[in-house]
Amino acid sequence: MTTETTLLAPPAEPEPERRDPKRRSNRVQDTRVDRVFMVGVYILLTTFLLIVLVPLVNIVASSFSSPAAVSGGRVFLWPVDFTLIGYKAVLTSDAILTGFGNSLFYAIVGTLVSVALTVMIAYPLSRSELVGRKVLIGGVLFTMLFSGGLIPTYMVVRALGLLDTRWAIILPAAIGAWQVLIAMTFFRSSIPGELYEAAQLDGASDLRFLWSVVLPLSKPLLAVIALMYGIGQWNSYFSALIYLRSEELYPLQLVLRNVLIVNNTGGTNLADQMAAEQMADLMKFSLIVVSTVPVLLVYPFVARHFTKGVMLGSVKG
Amino acid sequence: MTAALDNRAAAALRKRRRGALGRSLRRHWQLYALLVLPVAYFVIFQYIPMANNVIAFKDYNVVQGIWGSPWAGLDHFERFFANPVALDLIRNTLMLSFYGFLAGFPIPIILALALNEVRARFFKRTVQMVTYAPHFISTVIVVSMLILIFSPRIGFMSDFLGFFGMNSNLLADPDAFRSVYVWSDVWQTAGYSAIIYMAALAGIDPSLYEAARLDGASRLRKIWHVDLPGIAPTVVVVMVLSVGNIMAVGFEKAFLLQNPLNLSTSEIIATYTYKIGLLSADFSLATAVGLFNSVINLILLLAVNTVSKRVTGNGLW
Repeated sequence: MTTETTLLAPPAEPEPERRDPKRRSNRVQDTRVDRVFMVGVYILLTTFLLIVLVPLVNIVASSFSSPAAVSGGRVFLWPVDFTLIGYKAVLTSDAILTGFGNSLFYAIVGTLVSVALTVMIAYPLSRSELVGRKVLIGGVLFTMLFSGGLIPTYMVVRALGLLDTRWAIILPAAIGAWQVLIAMTFFRSSIPGELYEAAQLDGASDLRFLWSVVLPLSKPLLAVIALMYGIGQWNSYFSALIYLRSEELYPLQLVLRNVLIVNNTGGTNLADQMAAEQMADLMKFSLIVVSTVPVLLVYPFVARHFTKGVMLGSVKG
Repeated sequence: MTAALDNRAAAALRKRRRGALGRSLRRHWQLYALLVLPVAYFVIFQYIPMANNVIAFKDYNVVQGIWGSPWAGLDHFERFFANPVALDLIRNTLMLSFYGFLAGFPIPIILALALNEVRARFFKRTVQMVTYAPHFISTVIVVSMLILIFSPRIGFMSDFLGFFGMNSNLLADPDAFRSVYVWSDVWQTAGYSAIIYMAALAGIDPSLYEAARLDGASRLRKIWHVDLPGIAPTVVVVMVLSVGNIMAVGFEKAFLLQNPLNLSTSEIIATYTYKIGLLSADFSLATAVGLFNSVINLILLLAVNTVSKRVTGNGLW
C-alpha cells in the first residue's frame, strides 16, 4: 500500500480540454506486451462501439424500408426497397403532430421557467452575504436524498387545481437540486469577487450586477442547465401519464408510448399479416427516428456542453 | 453594576446579531427578493409532499382531507407486509438494482481506462460521440427499440438469439426481464457515465506517468498503479451514490417494459405504488409503501456514506 499512496494523485480539478498527459511519454516505442495490450484495447472499444451503433443503424435503416420488408424482418443495416412512406404516414398523423407541438411547448416554456428559477435561487446562495445561506442550501440538497413520493406530490398538484393543465407538466419538476448545485458552484468559482466590488463602487445594485455582469459571464453554465432541463422535459412521459387526462395536452413521449408500446406486448405473433399491420410496423420505426431528431439536431452541441456539465457538477462546492 | 454591564453587553450583542440580518436585508434586499419564488417552489412541491406522507399513518379520505382523516397507526404498513406480494416486490426491486449495479458500475470505468489509452484522436472521438448518444434518447424510445428489435417477427436480435438456441421472445420471458432491463441500461448509459472518470483521468499529475515510464512500467501496470489510485475518489463517490440509490429503481422503464407475461419479475415497488395509488386510488397504502421505500433508501445512503468516509476518507459530504 505504501507505494500506491505516494502515487495517489490529489483530487485535481478536471480539465477536459487539456492535451493527453501521456502524449510525451508515449513517444517511446511500446514493448511487445504493450502492443498486445493495445490490440485488446482496440478490440474492446470497437466491440462496444458496434454494440451501441448496430441497433441505432437498424432502426434508421428500417424506417426507410418498405412495410413488407420491415414486417418480414428482412432489414438489418441497410434499407430494403427504399421508400419514404413511413415518414409520410407519421408526419400526417394528427395525434403525433399535436404531441410534437405540445412537447415543443413544454420543452421551451419549461426550460425558460426552470433556468430562471434556478438562477434566482443559485445566485443568492452563492453569495456569502446572504444570512441563512447554509440552511437554505441544506434544504435544497435534502431533496436529493429524500423526496415526498408519488402520491403525496400528486395530492399537492390536485389541491392546486393543476390536474389536466399544462402547468402540471412544467411546475412540479421546475427546479432540479442538481442544477442548483452546478449553478451555485459555477457562480462561486467563476465570478471573481473583485468584479462585485468594482460594480458596487459604480453604484450597481445586486440585480443590476447579476443581469449585466454575472449572466453574460455565465453563458456556458446557462447553456448546460438549459440543455439538461430541455432534454429532460422533451424525453419525459411520467408526469404527463399521472397528471394529464386530455389527449390534446399529451406530449410526444406519451403519444409514442400509446402508439409504440401499449398496443404491443411483444407476445402475440399472428400468422396473417394485413397490409395495415405492416404499415403500423414501419410507422413505429419512422416514429422513433422523427421523435429523436430534435435531440439529435442539438446533439453535437449538447455532447460538448454536457461533458462540461458533468465536470462542473463533479467539482465539490 | 457588573450585572447591569453584562446585561447591556448581552443586549448589544443580540442587537448586533439581529442587526446582521437587518443590515443584510437592507443592503441586499434584492437577493432575498430573488429567493422568494424558488423557495416557494421548494416548499410547495418538495416539502409539503414530504409532510403529506402523514397519510401513510391515517385512513385518508377526500372528504375529511389530509389532517382531518382518522389515524390508522401502522395499519397500512402491516397490510402491505401481510400481503405475499410484498416480499416479491422487495426482492424484484433489490435484485434489479443489485444486478444493475454489478453490471453498470464497472463497465464505465473499464471504458474510460481503455479510452484513456487510445492515442488515435479520430477513433477516440468517434467512440465517445457514438457511445454518449444513447443517453439522450428517451426511455419510451429505448423501450420501443427493445420491443421492435426483440420482436420475434421483425427484430434482428430475435434471429440472433434463435441462432444460439435461446428463447427468441425475450420480452415475454419473466426470467429474461432483469437482463433486458439491466443490459439495455448499460447500453444507454455506459458511455455517458464514463465521462466523469475521463475527467478524473485527465486530472492526474503527468509527472506520475513520467515516473512510471522511467521505472519501466507496462501500460497495464501504469493503469493499476497510477490510473486507478488517481480515479479512486471519483469511483468511491459514484459507488456511494449508486449503492445509496439501490431501492430507488426508476418507475419509467420498468413500467414500460412490463407486460402481463413478465409481471412476476417486472413488478417493482415503484410500479406497484403507481397502480395501488392512482389506478386503485388507495392513497394511504400507496403512500405507506412509497415512504417505506424512501426511508430504507435514505438509511442506506447515510450508512454507505459513513462507511465509505471511515474506510476511504471519501464521501459525499
